[in-house]
Parts: sequence; C-alpha cells; structure tokens
Amino acid sequence: MAKVMLEVRELTTKYVTRFRENVYAVDHVSLKVEEGKSLGIAGESGCGKSTLALSLMGYYFPPLHYTSGEIIIDGRNISGMEPDDVRKSILGKEIAYIPQSAMNALNPTQKIIHFIEDVIRAHDSCVTKKEIYERARKLFETLGLPESTLQKYPVELSGGMKQRTVIAISVLLSPKVLIADEPSSALDVTTQKMVIKMLRDLMEKRLIKSMIFITHELPLLYNVTDDIMVMYAGQIVEKGAAEEVVFDSLHPYAKGLMGSIIVPEQGLRDVKLTAIPGVPPNLKNPPAGCQFAERCKYVRPECRAVSVGLRDIGGGRTYRCILSEKELREAYQNG
Amino acid sequence: MAEERKVCLRGSELTKVFGFGRQKTVAVDHVDFSFYEGEIVSIVGESGSGKTTLAKMLLGLINPTEGEVYFQGKKRDIGTHKKKKEYWKSIQAIFQDPFSSYNIFHKIDAVLLDCINMRGGRKFPYTKKVEMMTEACGFVNLKFEELTNKYPFELSGGQMQRLMIARIFLLMPKILLADEPTSMIDACSRATILDMLMQLRKEIGMTIIFITHDIGLAYYVSDSVYIMEHGKFVENGSADEVILHPEEAYTQRLIGDVPKIYQEWDLSTV
Repeated sequence: MAKVMLEVRELTTKYVTRFRENVYAVDHVSLKVEEGKSLGIAGESGCGKSTLALSLMGYYFPPLHYTSGEIIIDGRNISGMEPDDVRKSILGKEIAYIPQSAMNALNPTQKIIHFIEDVIRAHDSCVTKKEIYERARKLFETLGLPESTLQKYPVELSGGMKQRTVIAISVLLSPKVLIADEPSSALDVTTQKMVIKMLRDLMEKRLIKSMIFITHELPLLYNVTDDIMVMYAGQIVEKGAAEEVVFDSLHPYAKGLMGSIIVPEQGLRDVKLTAIPGVPPNLKNPPAGCQFAERCKYVRPECRAVSVGLRDIGGGRTYRCILSEKELREAYQNG
Repeated sequence: MAEERKVCLRGSELTKVFGFGRQKTVAVDHVDFSFYEGEIVSIVGESGSGKTTLAKMLLGLINPTEGEVYFQGKKRDIGTHKKKKEYWKSIQAIFQDPFSSYNIFHKIDAVLLDCINMRGGRKFPYTKKVEMMTEACGFVNLKFEELTNKYPFELSGGQMQRLMIARIFLLMPKILLADEPTSMIDACSRATILDMLMQLRKEIGMTIIFITHDIGLAYYVSDSVYIMEHGKFVENGSADEVILHPEEAYTQRLIGDVPKIYQEWDLSTV
C-alpha cells in the first residue's frame, strides 16, 4: 500500500458575495492521492475546478472562505492553520501551485535567478547566493532547461519557456503535492507537449511526489494522469481510473464531456460531437436534488426531489446518479 | 465535380514583410491558394507561422507587400473606405478572444442592431428588428429576452462567442474568417460552437476559413487543409489526405503533438 500524500475529507468552501450570499463552489469533496500517482480534474468552466485547487492549499483569502472538512498532507492536518503559518511552512514546501496564468507570475523587472533567490530565502534565510545558483542550475539541468535562462528577464523568454520556468521554480523546494491549474491552456500544441513532458519528467525523476492536474482537455488528462475526477457544480460526479472514466463513463455529464473530445484520428469525422445543452446551475440558489437534472437527457421526476450521494461501485470508482450502473448502461445503449 | 466549384477567394504570390533592412521579417512568403465556394478550409500552423497575418490581409485590415487577392474572380479593390465597407459585407470574421471583441460600453442589442442596419434594415420597424434578433439568437441557442439590455461583461465566454455567430447569421457574408474561435473557451462549449458554424454553412452556403493550431479541430470541421510553416504553405489537400497520410515532416510533427486517445501519444519526440 503506497503512502497517501494528500487526503481531503468532505472539504467545503464558499465564496461570500457583496450581498452576503453564500456560493458553495466546493461542496463536500473527498479525494486521496497516493505517492507517485497523479489525479486529473475535469469539468467545464465555472464548475469549481480552480476553486478546489485554491482550497487545497489551505490558504484562504476573501471572498473565499473555509467552511468545513479536512486537508491532510502526508499525515499533517492543515485545515485549521493560520494563513501566515500556511504561507511559511506549507506553500512551496508541502504543496505547490501553478496558477492558470503562471506566465504572468514572473516579475518583469527581475532576472529569473533573483526571483529564485526570493523564493528560497523566504523559506530558508541563511543560504548563500552561490548555493542558490548551484541548486537552480542543477534543477534546470535535470529538467532540460538551458542554464542561460537564469540570467534572463521574463520578457526575453517565449511563452512556453516562461511556463516551463515557472514550473521549475514551483518544484524548487521539492513539494509533496503539485497542483497544476491549466498549465498549458494558453500555449500552442507544440509547446503544450513540452510542458506536459516536463510534468511527466517531474514525476518520473521524483522531484514531486504526487500531482493534481486540472484542465478541460480530456485527451490531455488521459495522457498525463492515473485517475480522473469529473466535477460539476462544485461536486464530484464521477471518479475512477483514467481509462475507465474516458472510455466507459457512467455519469451522464461525464458521458457528455467525453462526447466532445476532438482528436486527429481516423473515424473522428464520422462521429457527431455531442454538446451538452444548457448552462450549469447558478450556485447562489442551487436547485434541489441533482444539480445536473436540468441538462440531463435521462432525467426522471425523482431526480429533482432527492439529492444523490456518491455511489461506490468498487475498484476506486464512484459516481453520483440516482440510476444504477445497469440502468445507465442500458440508457446509453438505447441512445 | 472539381470544375463545377467556383473559386471564391484566390491569392497569388501574397507576401507580407514587416520591418526592413536587418530587421526584416517575412511573415507571409509568396503564398498561393484558392478557396472554393461553400467549402470549409483550415489553415493550420503553430504560433508565429503567419496564420493571423494572412487572415488580416484577407480581411483587408493590412495591405500585402506583394501579390494580389482575387475575390470572386476579380481583383480585389479596397482602395477607398466606401469600397472597403462594401467588401466587408461579404467577408466577416470571428476572432480568438471573445472578451475583447465587443465594445464594453454598448449593450448587446446595439451589436445586433448594427448588423441589421448594415444589411439595409435601417428603416425596419423596431418590432421587426426584434423579431430578426430573436431569430438570430435562437439559431445559436441563446434567448434574446435574457440578453436584451445586458452588457457584454455579463455574458460568459461561450455565450459571447455564440453571439458573434448570431451576428454572422444576421450579416450573411459570403466568407467567414474564424481565427481560433474556440481556443479561449472550454471543451464542452467548443462542440456547440463548431456545430453552429457547420450549420451556418449549410444554411447560407458560406465559405468558412478556419484558422487554428489544433489539427484535431481542423480535421473535424474542414474539407481541405492548408499547413503553414514560417509563412509558407508546406502541404495542402483534402482533410483526410493531409491528416491521415501526411507527407511533410512538419505536418507529421504537428499531428504528433496533439494528445491522442486511441493511439499511444509519443512524448519522446519533443
């Protein structure tokens, strides 16, 4: 049994709006990432993927608030910690986060090496400049980045290069969990591949112990991660091994997502892409019962009445639907 | 069959050079192409290959350094502002970033009303205009009643991009130039947008020029594909030919860069 690196139990976080309305963007999410494994989170925009990523760090700032649940990183519970302590002892060391627009995270007036110095000094103030340089050089070397990057300003780097530099900096303190939030969405396919390769290298070379990868591009997730979790309206709707979720999805929403995959392979042109009609519910006043009922093809009257819990069907697979596995499969077969 | 198809837009030796002297950049390098009527053409290339520069020249937003564009068999003449406006009645564009395609100070109605006015509907009674706007919004699965009196920032990216298509539906241009219309929106709304474009082509027989870096997308939508590298077309042909049996090494690399599902994705070639 591999060691559990990150465990989240029933985490709920909310946004509080100006009018004191509560928006539960992450709703009773539980997950587990073992050492050496990666978890992918899929879902459309606004389903709470990025909020979940922010919440996992345990570093909340308004309008995001912590409500309930536990986050345990390598046996250490961080859910009740003060923001300052989290920043000093958790971020970077235990859990690192690559935000969506990571390219803009670099300070345009500083060389990369100065930025790295800042990062290391914030956690360990008695390292010499030489040591830092040596450490950065070694890391860049293992990741296949040229050493000259260290002496450059961010403007001198291309988009893909900047992204890879940011990723390298985020693993400087060898975190136990790396959260990558759409690290490749603004890049073209060639640079995207480089970034993906780098993330895979990080795992293989043991620079990070586990990874959470967030994107809406399912082909990417399938190629990068071991497990996939599909989110909808702040809840997990399906979770399982990547292969099972992609090829044999159970929840109607996950099924719909898989229908929108585009890959340049034989047979794609004959397939009609299925789009999911409608828009996600407004989380300010979420509907009673199943959140997906409004857009679901297989909706039943009872769906709107009772809220459904996650069903566990063994093998690490769970899904959230009122229909049983057999009923769902039949429904898909009949179209 | 091939002889029957009419050429809609043709370019010969089209070139754009930025800067001069030592800093000369040839963005588009003597390209020839002919796009047929009612066809969906994709121009595929990585960033910096000159796709968008070519698109801008086709739209008449920048002047080519060399070469000519022929529109419906005749040499394109957009010398004066009036002629340019005429030209834009038959060629329209959807851009990559829906968030910056709108004037943030104007309500959504104004965007659609402008289109009606441009197509000679200036004197229509307001009820008729509303009817037309409702129809256009209905075409893209939006509800006009929900949109009227709203500002662009109140919409999501997918909605904005769909509204752009509603605009095209009202304008009915001969050619639509779509410059990465789906790269800023997520995968689920992408299918919807693509389906709408295809439907639009069916309905008004429009030529669609689709510019993208995602070869999977290009394969899904287009009839013929042009692959662009460093300002030149390296390969062109029907979608099946180019994507399933690529000849150029560059095309093969582009295809290899897209994540696969049914085949092994080879990561070692970076």
